[in-house]
Amino acid sequence: MEKTIRSVFIGEVAELPQKLGKTVIVGNKEIAVFKTEKGDIRAIENRCPHKGGVLAEGILSGEYVFCPMHDWKISVKDGKVQAPDVGCVQSYPVEVKGDQVYILIRE
Amino acid sequence: MLKQKLVLIGNGMAGVRAIEEVLKINPDGFEITIFGTEPYPNYNRIQLSKVLQGGTSVSDITLNEWEWYEDNKIKFYPGESVITINTKTQSVSTDKGRKESYDQLIIATGSNPFMLPLPGADKEGVKAFRNIKDCEEMIEYSKRFKKAAVIGGGLLGLEAARGLLNLGMEVDVIHIYDYLMERQLDRTAGKLLQAELEKQGMNFLLQKNTAEITGRKQVTGLKFTDGSKIKADLVVMAVGIKPNVALAQEAGIPVNRGIIVNDYLETEIPNVFAVGECAEHRGIAYGLVAPLYQQGQVLAKRLCGIQDKGYQGSVLSTQLKVSGVDVFSAGKINEDEGTKVYKMYDDWNGVYKKVLIENGKIAGAVLFGDTKDGNKLFDFIKKGALIEEYLESSQCVNSEVNLVASMADEELICGCNGVTKGSIVEAIKANGLTTVDQVKGCTNASRSCGGCKSLVSDLLACTLGDQYQADQKEAICSCTTLSREEVLAEIRDKGLTHIREVMNVLEWKTDGCSKCKPALNYYLGMVNPLKYQDEREARYVNERMHANIQKDGTYSVVPRMYGGVTTSEDLRKIADVADKYKVGMIKVTGGQRIDLLGVYKEDLPKIWAELDMPSGSAYSKGLRTVKTCVGENYCRFGTQDSIGMGIRLERKFEGLNTPHKVKMAVSACPRNCAESGIKDVGVVGVEGAWEMYVGGNGGTHLREADLLFKFKSGDELVEMIGAFLQYYRETAKYLERTSAWVERLGIDHIREVLSDELMVTEYNHRIEEALSVVQDPWKEAINNKNLLRDLYQNVKIPVETK
Ligand code: SRM
Ligand SMILES: Cc1cc2nc3c(=O)[nH]c(=O)nc-3n(C[C@H](O)[C@H](O)[C@H](O)COP(=O)(O)OP(=O)(O)OC[C@H]3O[C@@H](n4cnc5c(N)ncnc54)[C@H](O)[C@@H]3O)c2cc1C
Ligand code: SF4
Ligand code: FES
Repeated sequence: MEKTIRSVFIGEVAELPQKLGKTVIVGNKEIAVFKTEKGDIRAIENRCPHKGGVLAEGILSGEYVFCPMHDWKISVKDGKVQAPDVGCVQSYPVEVKGDQVYILIRE
Repeated sequence: MLKQKLVLIGNGMAGVRAIEEVLKINPDGFEITIFGTEPYPNYNRIQLSKVLQGGTSVSDITLNEWEWYEDNKIKFYPGESVITINTKTQSVSTDKGRKESYDQLIIATGSNPFMLPLPGADKEGVKAFRNIKDCEEMIEYSKRFKKAAVIGGGLLGLEAARGLLNLGMEVDVIHIYDYLMERQLDRTAGKLLQAELEKQGMNFLLQKNTAEITGRKQVTGLKFTDGSKIKADLVVMAVGIKPNVALAQEAGIPVNRGIIVNDYLETEIPNVFAVGECAEHRGIAYGLVAPLYQQGQVLAKRLCGIQDKGYQGSVLSTQLKVSGVDVFSAGKINEDEGTKVYKMYDDWNGVYKKVLIENGKIAGAVLFGDTKDGNKLFDFIKKGALIEEYLESSQCVNSEVNLVASMADEELICGCNGVTKGSIVEAIKANGLTTVDQVKGCTNASRSCGGCKSLVSDLLACTLGDQYQADQKEAICSCTTLSREEVLAEIRDKGLTHIREVMNVLEWKTDGCSKCKPALNYYLGMVNPLKYQDEREARYVNERMHANIQKDGTYSVVPRMYGGVTTSEDLRKIADVADKYKVGMIKVTGGQRIDLLGVYKEDLPKIWAELDMPSGSAYSKGLRTVKTCVGENYCRFGTQDSIGMGIRLERKFEGLNTPHKVKMAVSACPRNCAESGIKDVGVVGVEGAWEMYVGGNGGTHLREADLLFKFKSGDELVEMIGAFLQYYRETAKYLERTSAWVERLGIDHIREVLSDELMVTEYNHRIEEALSVVQDPWKEAINNKNLLRDLYQNVKIPVETK
């Protein structure tokens, strides 16, 4: 089956909180969108692989978010869980056009 | 130059220490091979007691990691025993069929536990306490069985018994004498020790002679010579050790109780040495590491061809490694016609001190309850010092730091490793050492039994002066090597104003983590409450959202109810809100107020607005609740207005940021219905006065609060609570509850600091400053559009959008 990539507009750069996450709900998908200290925008699935913690509410440090439930450390860039824990969450490419932010979702 | 082949049999504490000493003197002189029956790198046997008592794992007690063997090019055969020594061909062979020749051979095979040859001693469940395997087996047993019996009331037996108690077993200790540790203590100290251990839950059967171990395959109990019996699923024999000499004996090396060695650790066979518990020197086979390490040093010098006066034997000192028990003894312990004693016995506090004097010289000592003088006395005993010297030195010294300051340079700090005060001070100065761990790494002090850690710490304190903080070694987190104290000092000195600046200036290794960011946020705010801009993105979710997150991502709402008092109006509002937003549950909390659980993030601000009540801060590192009892207005026992005082305190201190949460309670009589005895600050009203208790905790580590002061007036009480809280704010580590903090600083110390009126005024001044900027966080959020958008609103994109 052919896969398509959908580009979803989620808002303007200025509407995203600095150094924090935001919960973005696209249909039935929940995505955690982060604006890092450097100003990069990252998007990963809003569900910790451990016990489903909401990653959007975690503490963001550089390119990592610490899950608010039990403190797993997860890369917001590629969704990889950091040692000593293991696992991975889906990460989504982000496109910024001017001041508009798009997330690319494969379906 | 051709290297000499040096072979060591026995990868234990004495043998490996001798090798370490050899490597220190001549790192390239030998081709070294080590055989060890146990399948581990060299570990600290002494600490097995700690492993059994919990809190220390087997991996924590390794002394030389696998890399050490590699780095020093040592051929190491773990799990391999030497079975024969051929002194003619100068070679050894092992149970794995390996053969190795030597130029020099060290036998360091240690001892074997002595097992009483009782009927039934071969049953399952009869153990010794000697190595990692024994330790692991006992831990396994404790999971399946309830009753343990330890035969032997000496050092080892008592440490084993304490461990088994910690593992949840019931423990009987059987001892043949009428008091404990008769080899190291006199009757008085032995009895004091028994009383203390009984308090800890040990049961003693003294003057009992075991006749038989009963049971079929597995032990079920013990039978004594007087006909009595007890039940036991596990029997630990700790009645002594015997030098492990079989291998040497078979090889024709002369042995008595141990392998006979001279002052240079030479056996009677050329090129064969023995060291450690298996060796017998001038008729003595030692069973403690301090003498064994001294032997190791002498042996190393001998092997490396360095002149030395040889090993002269050792005076022993003993300490028991059971928490909550301080006993020390050294030299002679029981008086006879030739001795005089200097004695001090404080029955009430359980402190006992006895110094034995022979011809005016200190010949021995027994201490119980307060062992601070132990090291000093031990040194005096070895020097044969006059009793006057001790008496003079013990006058006027009250603080521990003074005590080490007054020690002579050649006095021993670490008995196990023979490290003197002088060499530690030198190492601190030469290498810029600042922590106990660094001193350990550099000098070996405190590397074995750990008993001298506090002395080393005192020594750092008096060498470094103000720069030293006893527990500074603890880095804030792995993003930095700096401790709380260092970071705070930098923040103050350099006037750092925000988290990023701290991380940049102090060269953080990362962009921070969930440990250091909230901690830095707290410290910065504490140092500069008026100017600091709280960084909400550095706060843990609950404190950022001002609500506790639940496992399903919803939140809870706990409005403030000052002193646990509410009104029908407030209750109605709560009920209405609960209905309107269909909250999951309405629950009365353990803190005398109401919790609305299962609230959706986006409903939080609406609920707060409709409640129009202040936040209860049930999520904060700050003041939580002030519980109160009914008090004098209603209760027939009440002596004070506890409700009024509780409300006053809650109104005054609400919104304050503290290192960890702070809970208070006010009861109006010692019946203590508000549970003031387990609160960070607990107040108890008594006739005409208020008692102030601090450092209580009802949580993970239950702790009874200590009485700090008693006041006639409520104003004085409130002022002292202010000073106490500010002192805590300024000196506690982030996430350190008052219970741990009080324990760390000591209640006496805190009382001393807060006895200074000037300090109390200053602390109050600073806490008022911090309180002056407090705002209700719920009001703040509902009135700030950006906050509402950034924190509480989700972005929703319907599926159709393309
Ligand atoms: C709501 C409440 C239970 C209840 O329904 O009664 C509660 C709920 C929680 N407590 Fe508690 N504690 C509650 C009273 C207590 C008490 C009793 C008391 O205060 O009288 C204690 C023991 C007393 C003490 O602290 O000394 C208590 C000791 C803890 C601890 C252990 C603290 C410690 O230092 O050992 C934690 C964990 C922590 O703080 O790190 C904790 C943590 C928690 C957290 C916040 C766990 C978390 O981080 O998610 C719970 C939030 C549950 C939720 O989903 O909302 N809770 N907790 C109580 C709120 C009281 C209030 O009105 O504010
Ligand atoms: C629980 C416990 C608590 C203690 N507490 C203290 C204390 O607080 N203070 C103190 O000073 N001392 C204490 N000791 C005593 C101290 O541990 C010993 O004195 C010290 O370990 C002896 O060192 P060693 O090298 O002579 O023997 P060990 O450390 O026993 O080493 C001998 C090693 O040789 C191995 N071996 C034996 N035969 C062979 C062979 N044929 N081939 C190869 N390998 C062989 C053994 O398996 C063993 O690993 C304690 C001991 C125990 C068990
Ligand atoms: S005791 Fe406290 S932390 Fe533990 S489950 Fe109950 S509410 Fe949660
Ligand atoms: S759910 Fe994320 S760490 Fe447990």
